[in-house]
Amino acid sequence: MNQFLTETLPGLFNYWIVIGLMMIGFYTVIAHDNLVKKLIGLTVFQSAVFILYISMGNIHGSTAPIIIDGDPVYAHPLPQVLILTAIVVGVSTTALGLALIVRINEAYGSIEEDDVLAADMATSEGEEAREEARSEQAEAAEGHAANGADDGAEADESRPA
Amino acid sequence: MREHTVLRIVSQLVIAPMLLYALYVQFHGEYSPGGGFQAGVILATAIILYGLIFGVEAARAAVTPTLLRIGAAGGLLIYGGTGVATILLGGNFLDYDRLFAHGGQHYGLIIIELGVGITVASVMIAIFYVFAGRGRQDDPDNDEDHGRADDYDADDVS
Amino acid sequence: MITAFFNQMPVLVVVVPLLAAPLCVLAHRAFAAWLIYCLASWAAFAMAFLLFVEAKIAGQVSYAVGNWAPPFGIELVIDTYSALVLLLVTGVAALTGLYARKSIASEIAIEREYLVFALMLLCLAGLVGITVTGDAFNLFVFLEISSLSSYALIAMGPKRRALLSSFQYLIMGTVGGTFLLIGIGLIFMMTGTLNMADLADRLPEVYATRTVQAGLAFIVVGLSLKAALMPAHIWLPNAYTYAPSAISAFIAATATKVAVYALFRFVFTVFGAGYAFGTLPLGIVLLALAAVSMIAGSLASIFQTDVKRLLAWSSVAQMGYIVAGFALATPAGVSAGLVHLLNHGLIKGALFMAVGAMVWRVRASSINDLAGLGRAMPLTSAAFVVGGLSLIGVPATAGFISKWALMSALFDAQHYGVMALLLVASLLSIIYVGRVIEALYFRPLPDDVSHHKHGEAPLGMQVATWALIAINIVIGVHATPELEAAARAAATLVGGGA
Repeated sequence: MNQFLTETLPGLFNYWIVIGLMMIGFYTVIAHDNLVKKLIGLTVFQSAVFILYISMGNIHGSTAPIIIDGDPVYAHPLPQVLILTAIVVGVSTTALGLALIVRINEAYGSIEEDDVLAADMATSEGEEAREEARSEQAEAAEGHAANGADDGAEADESRPA
Repeated sequence: MREHTVLRIVSQLVIAPMLLYALYVQFHGEYSPGGGFQAGVILATAIILYGLIFGVEAARAAVTPTLLRIGAAGGLLIYGGTGVATILLGGNFLDYDRLFAHGGQHYGLIIIELGVGITVASVMIAIFYVFAGRGRQDDPDNDEDHGRADDYDADDVS
Repeated sequence: MITAFFNQMPVLVVVVPLLAAPLCVLAHRAFAAWLIYCLASWAAFAMAFLLFVEAKIAGQVSYAVGNWAPPFGIELVIDTYSALVLLLVTGVAALTGLYARKSIASEIAIEREYLVFALMLLCLAGLVGITVTGDAFNLFVFLEISSLSSYALIAMGPKRRALLSSFQYLIMGTVGGTFLLIGIGLIFMMTGTLNMADLADRLPEVYATRTVQAGLAFIVVGLSLKAALMPAHIWLPNAYTYAPSAISAFIAATATKVAVYALFRFVFTVFGAGYAFGTLPLGIVLLALAAVSMIAGSLASIFQTDVKRLLAWSSVAQMGYIVAGFALATPAGVSAGLVHLLNHGLIKGALFMAVGAMVWRVRASSINDLAGLGRAMPLTSAAFVVGGLSLIGVPATAGFISKWALMSALFDAQHYGVMALLLVASLLSIIYVGRVIEALYFRPLPDDVSHHKHGEAPLGMQVATWALIAINIVIGVHATPELEAAARAAATLVGGGA
């Protein structure tokens, strides 16, 4: 316990921050209905991973990886470069997500996921009911056609009613 | 915008140094912090500030959407074209040493960072135009956000 | 000059579509963009074929980007496993080019068409990049390029519901991508390298650490999200249903398949079969998820009223078959999984293309809307029937070959329960394919549709659909080359890692 308090907790503080941020972001993505807030959560979630990478490349007492005179200890530059790429991916995702939200707002008049889903549900329930009615209609018509053999199209198929 | 005298004057003072700083970051990217992505974003910020203060229409007149389309595509072509050029010169893809007898790595990086910078700046400004233009007038450019805004830069910086 | 070209092929197959995309944007005209798309995708397909032959002869083709020696620079590696997936991706992309011209024109405004082709090229470049790269981080970047462009493509669907589907896919896809990033970060932390071959060398020293175990878990979860394996499949049905028809065909045949490719590239090549399936219980987890996917996907598929959604749910089920094969981690199982990955890509591509042709004509995609089309569109309907039979796994079709291979691999591994579930799922697929065929052939053409355009779909759509169907039948009749190649790939995957 003592070791936990004196070593594990402060020694790995960067991981605690990363885990905290990651969970905040992930929770926001899952729990919030507002699409913009979801996107904000996603960005926080990604930023946590960026911090994970950057902090793992750091060496205690090192300087930024820019060549200077003398014999300094440099931080590992590779994670920083990787994260620059990942940031670009993140920016692109955010831009695309926001563009989608703008269009969702124009199409549905709301950016609350519940409202949008409710609107979709209404349409799809209507559609399904209509489709069901059509299926029944088609079956009814089929029986009729097979009995009376009045529908030329059906007669070809020689299919029992 | 008439009433924002302070904002107008300050931004007039600031925009030119911002553009200059973007160029500084751009061309020092290969041996100090900086590079195409950062420079492109700074350049775009200057144009976006201009658009915010003087109106999107004024910004659109200065940097037209067509220019942005060409910039976004052209930047990526500069990047890829450099790679193809190194292949044609008998090396592997992006083997900068083939480009020049001396300092190939140096110049090669400057060229591809230039491509990255142009693409990023164009895409960032395009995103701003698209969002700022929404709901004000019906503009055929509006729907371009999908293709334009998102995908060009994903692979450029590394 | 020729040898120089051959040496540069591994990178050109990515660069050609990647650079064709900005050319499409510059061309700005629908027809010119389509032409660029076709040229680039067929060129990529030709190079993929040459690379396949080269990988067969040499065993493995390696390429150092920027002439930096592999563990430090980015390496491109093509072995038989990646060459097969590469052939599938570029082949479907090339055929989609023929198909897309008329299909896209009927669903998307003409002034935005060039963007569709530019995005498809970016998506293709991303997918091809995933298959050829030998660098873990590079794989993440290519995966995100292909995902970002597919979100945008799906959002271009004609209905407003495409927007929310795309947004849901974006959220889940990004979470999946970020999980992959965490996993790669964790193994990078332990080994200090990103090159896959180098990782495979250095990981055994640190197998016992929890960091590497967590890394594997993050990578598996992240890529399962992208591959739509059962608990993470929510995004898939909506995305495939509301995307434009040509895009549905393209993405259904390639995107999830490539995610599965990447998943097992990591599991077998980087971590090694002995570690993932021996030390850690990955096999049983994946097998359970695969079994659930098969049954639940097939059941859900039966109750759909929309044909595209029906096919999408069936994709969830088929993903279960593929993963079940790989999860056995035996040479026979991996080769069966790989064969089904390829065959299912061909089958689903053909089916989505056939349905897209019907949608092109009746402007709707519910089963009832397709009533009677068997007479109005005999060729397209026949294509759907053959594709459907292949999906069920009737002998003399590609579906039979891969299901037979899967069954015998499961039998050898004594997983009789999963075998029984696979049989049940195949029986269920008879029901859902049967429902569509019943509507096509045994229902009259509604009167109110008869004033729509009559006749078959345009030539390009027909040719593309029938080309895929023909490949299905050829594989069904003469499967030896494919099975041999898959067995070679499986031998390197399972043998190399153990």
